[in-house]
Amino acid sequence: MIGELTKSERQGALLILLALAVTGLAMAVGGSNDPLGTHGTLVMVVAIVGTFAVITGYYAPEPPESRLDSYYDTPTKFGIVAAMVWAVIAMAVGDWVAWLLAFPEWTFDAAWASFGRLRPVHTSGVIFGFGGNALIATSFYVMQRTSRARLPDQLSPWFVLFGYNLFCVIAATGYLMGVTQSKEYAEPEWYADIWLVIVWVTYFVLYLRTLNRRKEPHIYVSNWYYMAFILVVAMLHIVNNLAVPISWGSAKSYSLFAGVQDAMTEWWYGHNAVAFFLTSGFLGMMYYYMPKRAGRPIYSYRMSIISFWGITFFYMWAGSHHLHYTALPQWVQSLGMTFSVMLLVPSWVSAGNALMTLNGAWHKVRDDAVLRFMMVAAVFYGLSTFEGSFMAIRPVNALSHYTDWTVGHVHAGALGWVAMITFGAIYASVPWLWKRDGMYSAKLVEAHFWLSLAGTIIYVFAMWNSGIIQGLMWRTYNESGTLAYSFVDSLIAMHPYYIARAIGGVFFLLGAIIGFYNIWMTIRTASQAQSQAEPDYSAVGIEIPAVQPGR
Amino acid sequence: MGHFERDPHTGYMTTGHEWNGITELNTPVPKVIWFFLACTVIFAVGYWILMPTWPIGRTYTKGLLGDDVRHDVTQSVKQAALDRAVWSDRITKESFADIQKDAALMEAVRETGSTLFGDNCAACHGRAAQGGKGFPNLTTASWLWGGTPEAIFETIRVGINSAHPETRTAQMPAFGKDGMLPRADIDKVIAFVRSLSHPGAKDIDPAKAAAGKDLFAANCASCHGEDAKGNVEVGAPNLTDAFWIYGGDAKSIFTTVWGGRQGHMPTWENRLSELDRKILALYLVDLRSAGK
Repeated sequence: MIGELTKSERQGALLILLALAVTGLAMAVGGSNDPLGTHGTLVMVVAIVGTFAVITGYYAPEPPESRLDSYYDTPTKFGIVAAMVWAVIAMAVGDWVAWLLAFPEWTFDAAWASFGRLRPVHTSGVIFGFGGNALIATSFYVMQRTSRARLPDQLSPWFVLFGYNLFCVIAATGYLMGVTQSKEYAEPEWYADIWLVIVWVTYFVLYLRTLNRRKEPHIYVSNWYYMAFILVVAMLHIVNNLAVPISWGSAKSYSLFAGVQDAMTEWWYGHNAVAFFLTSGFLGMMYYYMPKRAGRPIYSYRMSIISFWGITFFYMWAGSHHLHYTALPQWVQSLGMTFSVMLLVPSWVSAGNALMTLNGAWHKVRDDAVLRFMMVAAVFYGLSTFEGSFMAIRPVNALSHYTDWTVGHVHAGALGWVAMITFGAIYASVPWLWKRDGMYSAKLVEAHFWLSLAGTIIYVFAMWNSGIIQGLMWRTYNESGTLAYSFVDSLIAMHPYYIARAIGGVFFLLGAIIGFYNIWMTIRTASQAQSQAEPDYSAVGIEIPAVQPGR
Repeated sequence: MGHFERDPHTGYMTTGHEWNGITELNTPVPKVIWFFLACTVIFAVGYWILMPTWPIGRTYTKGLLGDDVRHDVTQSVKQAALDRAVWSDRITKESFADIQKDAALMEAVRETGSTLFGDNCAACHGRAAQGGKGFPNLTTASWLWGGTPEAIFETIRVGINSAHPETRTAQMPAFGKDGMLPRADIDKVIAFVRSLSHPGAKDIDPAKAAAGKDLFAANCASCHGEDAKGNVEVGAPNLTDAFWIYGGDAKSIFTTVWGGRQGHMPTWENRLSELDRKILALYLVDLRSAGK
């Protein structure tokens, strides 16, 4: 990998790693009695290991000029493997906390093993570790090809990927030590947040630079979505994490916002993280991999435009629906509700556009589990966006709020849409990237598909039942005008559904493990059969073949 | 500039662009989408006109319906209190004995008491009030501080070893740990105590039990009574019955006598209204009689 960097890039890498090591040292010294110090040590060790790696490869010959004729895919390869590693770890933690809800005594009396600390390891692990790595990896792949331009340099994609994964590791280990801002999906503390800003801005600049060098006159839809994802996530992250550390030697900080403003800022962030991280980014993925795999043109360019701008515009207003019937003023709630209802249309236009694209290729959906992953993802996308708009209606929310219905809704989106489209995209990319005819085992892809689908359905149905029962129990009055059930009664009623949900999670996790194995074996057989080290077709001028190698 | 093609499957033209083999059709947006969009927009605009939605300077549009959730909630809470007053006023005013005689009123006590107990007491005493190790079973006739509704009501109010200034206070001393009794004597007392609740048990040495009798009288009887039947005035448990908070086997009793016990129950005076506490006291008495 170091061999792929130019001399000046190797020097740049050393400078960055040196700066990182110094920062780590400062954190370790300044926060010696604090989790900040532990993280400083971690950062320092990572930087030193990185420095040695660069030094070892420092005198390797420079990469040939001919590299500029092909796309730079090694970072994508790394990102895909990283995404799968995070998927297996974070889904395992997720399933563990699902069991913990059914059997809360399984915490070994250890603070780190409590639900409150493990749960964000799961959420950050799947959203940022799995989803984020998959988005970065596929965005590199897609933007180069749809722009017909190679990444502008070899260093910044590695900075983005390594920096991003360092952020994820700091976040997850921090939660175990009790470091949290207590903002859902924005738990990491100030120093991790600052680091992510640096990484993310580099990512954005890298994207703009590549796009700027494009040889296609028009920017493809996928790139609109990836751009929206990168730009808006930067904005959300910076605003929601504005905070003042209690000292330079402490991991703890206080938010710039207080009370209801804090709540509104958090859910403006939270909902748009769903919108721009978990929707826009993955729509970008879908817009490339689905037509590519199906061998069909996108059904309607006009529908792409309507849905892109509809989603981008309407989502921004919808966050307040997370705070229905709270201290948030009524007008903010009802405004958010109306935008949530309108949001349904562009969401369904996206899902519809995706499914209509498959017209003429349904026989492939039947035969090809990879394309089927993508098709089912589009169906779940449609399903969960309808559910989301529905739950945002205030009287509906009165029943669903704080219940497992919300958890079911999130997972219909996260398992059914986000994870399925990602698995589809990864299964499509891996043979293309490693120059194979297909995955190591098509049967295992098939097995993964059915495990994922079964797991998602068990999960979602369990949570629908559980959530609606819970919601009804919390609002039922008896003849005397007293609430008929205590909270404990509702917990007892939830118990069987919690077990069912955890079993659904086992299915989904097993699928991910099988997927990881299959990908690993594909890569291994690829490296064994490495004889024709032909570069990917030209990035410069020459007509691009319509189909990727391996298809 | 582009390369337009007709898609044989749908019959639509492409837009003339191509990205890495991907093309797009110039399919017009289906009418149903515009209709659908119009519906949701009309709904939204209608809602904006009728309900409070848009901020204007320091205030907001109030909406033609003049809806105000804050007002709605206050009203419905008032109405609910009014509806409950039919029976709750009587519980507040009447004596425990009078309430217990009234079947309709006791029905309200059961319904409301069950939820109150579940939300406030079940975490320690269990959903069925049967307690657990360290937490008394409330369905038995054995009550540390008395099982009359009045006594239970007072225990709920002040708690046991709580932060309340009038708290009920009780402590079982650590006879072993604090060196008040030698180990051999403790074994004798335990044998005696166990012989009261487990007469004829094979693992009790009769000689030891007999020797423990005087030790009990000298050290334990001041709280637990000469007959070991306990004393509700000081919260000392009856040692002759089958109910044990910390366990009635030899090992558990040894732990208790050696290390002492000081259970804790919080005060509920500032957390539950007098009405709620009264309902809970009545509920527990009723639960006990229903269990028999």
